[in-house]
Amino acid sequence: MSFLEVKNLDISYPTRKETIVASKNVEFTLERGEILGIVGESGSGKSTIANAIINLIDPPGEITNGSIKIDNNELRDNEELIQKIRGKKIGFVFQDPQTSLNPLFKIKEQLIETIQTHLNLGYQDALKKSIQLLKEVGIDNAEKRIEDYPHQFSGGMRQRVVIALAISCEPDLIIADEPTTALDVSIQYQILELLKDLTKKRNLGVIIITHDMGVIAETTNKVIVMRDGFIVEQGETKELLTNPKSNEARSLVISVPPTNKKIDRFKLISPDGKEITSDSKNLTKNIIKTWGIRENKNQKLLKLTDVTKIFDDRSLAINISFGSKNESTDKVVKAVDNVSFELFEGETLGLVGESGSGKSTIAKIITGLVRPTNGEIFYNNISLYNSNRKYQIDKSRGQIQMIFQDPYSSLNPRFKVRDIISEPIKFFQKNISHNELTKNVYDLIDIVGMTRQSLDRYPHEFSGGQRQRISIARALATRPLLLICDEPTSALDVSIQAQILNLLKDIQDELHLTMLFISHDLPVIRQMCNRIVVLKNGSVCETKETEELFNNSEHPYTQELIRLMPKIESII
Amino acid sequence: MLFKKINKIYDTDIGYSFFNSKIAIISSTIFLIICLCSVFAGIVAPYNPFDPATVSLMDAFTPPMWSEGGSSSFILGTDQQGRDMFSTMIYGSRISLIVGFSSIIFAMVLGVFLGVTAGYIGGMYEIVVMRLTDVQLTIPSILMALLVYGIARSIISQSMHDEMVMYVLIFAIGISEWPQFARVSRASTLVEKNKEYVSASRIIGLSNILIMFKHILPNILRPILVIATIGLALAIITESTLSFLGVGVPPTTPSLGTLIRFGNNFLFSGEWWITFFPAIFLIVLALSINLLGDWMRDALNPKLKKR
Repeated sequence: MSFLEVKNLDISYPTRKETIVASKNVEFTLERGEILGIVGESGSGKSTIANAIINLIDPPGEITNGSIKIDNNELRDNEELIQKIRGKKIGFVFQDPQTSLNPLFKIKEQLIETIQTHLNLGYQDALKKSIQLLKEVGIDNAEKRIEDYPHQFSGGMRQRVVIALAISCEPDLIIADEPTTALDVSIQYQILELLKDLTKKRNLGVIIITHDMGVIAETTNKVIVMRDGFIVEQGETKELLTNPKSNEARSLVISVPPTNKKIDRFKLISPDGKEITSDSKNLTKNIIKTWGIRENKNQKLLKLTDVTKIFDDRSLAINISFGSKNESTDKVVKAVDNVSFELFEGETLGLVGESGSGKSTIAKIITGLVRPTNGEIFYNNISLYNSNRKYQIDKSRGQIQMIFQDPYSSLNPRFKVRDIISEPIKFFQKNISHNELTKNVYDLIDIVGMTRQSLDRYPHEFSGGQRQRISIARALATRPLLLICDEPTSALDVSIQAQILNLLKDIQDELHLTMLFISHDLPVIRQMCNRIVVLKNGSVCETKETEELFNNSEHPYTQELIRLMPKIESII
Repeated sequence: MLFKKINKIYDTDIGYSFFNSKIAIISSTIFLIICLCSVFAGIVAPYNPFDPATVSLMDAFTPPMWSEGGSSSFILGTDQQGRDMFSTMIYGSRISLIVGFSSIIFAMVLGVFLGVTAGYIGGMYEIVVMRLTDVQLTIPSILMALLVYGIARSIISQSMHDEMVMYVLIFAIGISEWPQFARVSRASTLVEKNKEYVSASRIIGLSNILIMFKHILPNILRPILVIATIGLALAIITESTLSFLGVGVPPTTPSLGTLIRFGNNFLFSGEWWITFFPAIFLIVLALSINLLGDWMRDALNPKLKKR
């Protein structure tokens, strides 16, 4: 008999129009001391299963069939038992540490409340136990920090507190739903190490839900691959990753960007198991005809010298506190600090760094969305900002375009796809004929691999990956020379990410685009870029050719980033 | 064809919510009937109360047809000048509705323009506009309307009064309602302007005017529509209040408020119907619009969405 046994589990969400099956016939077991990973694309039912175990399925969703047993106790439909077990026997770690702690209570109060609910302890004992828990999850100076409010902790620290809460009542099972997705690489590493450590020390059963194959490879013993609510494959992690049998698992493994080498294009696998090879040459023929043939002259296209951006809240702070000087200097945030780099025609330059390193701010300065405090930006040797620091958009004539991170907010929801793509064309060619315009729009939608029927639909009818394709088509509509990609795939599933990255590479090759590629994801950066700029806290650590950087970087920060990134190869 | 269209509307979330809310169906039906009646007043009403030739003083103070001394030719009785109450009310509601709709559209255009530009441009301009709304919100809207009306009366020459009174009312009510629109549209603009589609438009190089009114405005219409509906009821009531106070439309072309004021004088001498029916009519009208607005607010709010 296993510790956790899930059998034959069916969960469905009846809606007005149809009943959505979130999980069908799910069966797995988990022993103490084991870490089980559940992977799958978004909407495959990973989180639903986790929620089902602790009976937190949002109505109208319901478990229609099957059983969930812990130590041979049936949990399904046993509200009383679950109430007792939730928190005591099962701990839960949520994705976003910003929202999973109540901001109005001190850490102390939240810990003690949980402990006293489930364990028969007095206040002093509970307090002692809380401090000890915080120490165990690696929070320094726990006696003092326990008096703090959640907002006084950083993201990683907060996730540690959440884990402390989860293990506070000595549970036997921890369910972690994307526990490190919102965190930076170095903190992700620490949190995963902590979970592994606790599993061993306390003999816990752990379920980790994630979409990151690197995390799976580095932490789990067993893994389940899901698709559309079905388990398509499960087995030992090593066995499954090295020798995936189902198409879904193969597709997941193959589309993960390798960390140890650079590949030309990602291999893609269609649902029926065949490899897809894309041929973009035919599609771009028309575009090249209208744009004219371009050549890379290897000239300097963009040059940043000593760019600095200070976000200054001082004026506000003085008004509020009539403040002392010390306080006011605290409010000055140097988002970008003396950054200089050059970008040559036809190359892809990567900007990599953790959150808050100023990557996106640099992109915004180049596109004129944010004014730099200092420094110069030259495009084709013309300064983009005049002497009053005002952006001169007519100097670049739409030749600098950007693809955004969030495919859900980057398209105007009230515009049809046709209007989204044709607006920039009309803006730059005021007296374009209707036929010409339609032809241009067709060419653009063809090149990004979407059907022409999609032109008459609205953005909300498309998936994230499809929206990102529309974004790319819109960016190409102005015939840009420089394309800035700000985390273009971080909101997408791995296999979709592979498609989009392939598309970007194809477009770049055919249309001779120069790219500035911004990402926090080192493996992705490695696949996409010729040269890489590593940023930390707004300043440049080092700039190097890609392979040179990965093989022998000089800066300790870069070395640490490379060492800590989760590697799918670590197991193979 | 029509059936298909209805089916398509039913398929959308908002359509589904409408057809499953009894309140929404009833209140919108009542509102629609009142609107149609007042638009086609010439056909619906048995008499034209504004035409002195059809009115006879002999018929004055006829009670409703079901009470003693009532006449079947005047269903709801007559007023002190012998005008048919039913016809007068329908013609009166036409004035109330015209003033209500016009003033709310005026307030909406002004408020949304100032709100969107303030939210998008920011800086000193935003501070000035928003403080202006704050100041105006401290003055009750009825006082504001009275003030504007008073000033307008002293500016416009005596002979023009009756002709201009409608425009003055629309302006007075509109100017007292715009801060609501400015606030809501500014807040929504602040949310929208940080979305990436706005950044994308800026990078393309579109002008600010185009971004504000072609890209942002359609995305903030939902909350504006809700307060416009609730504001419409408020505008109609404000107009009635002004007319009741005797500063509204002239007695020769009475609105609902004017009718209530006349009837008020006869309330204690037994002629209750002169004030009672217009009052009920006004309540039903305002209530149906308000309930419609309530439903709309819930239906358009994604947070309150039921599955």
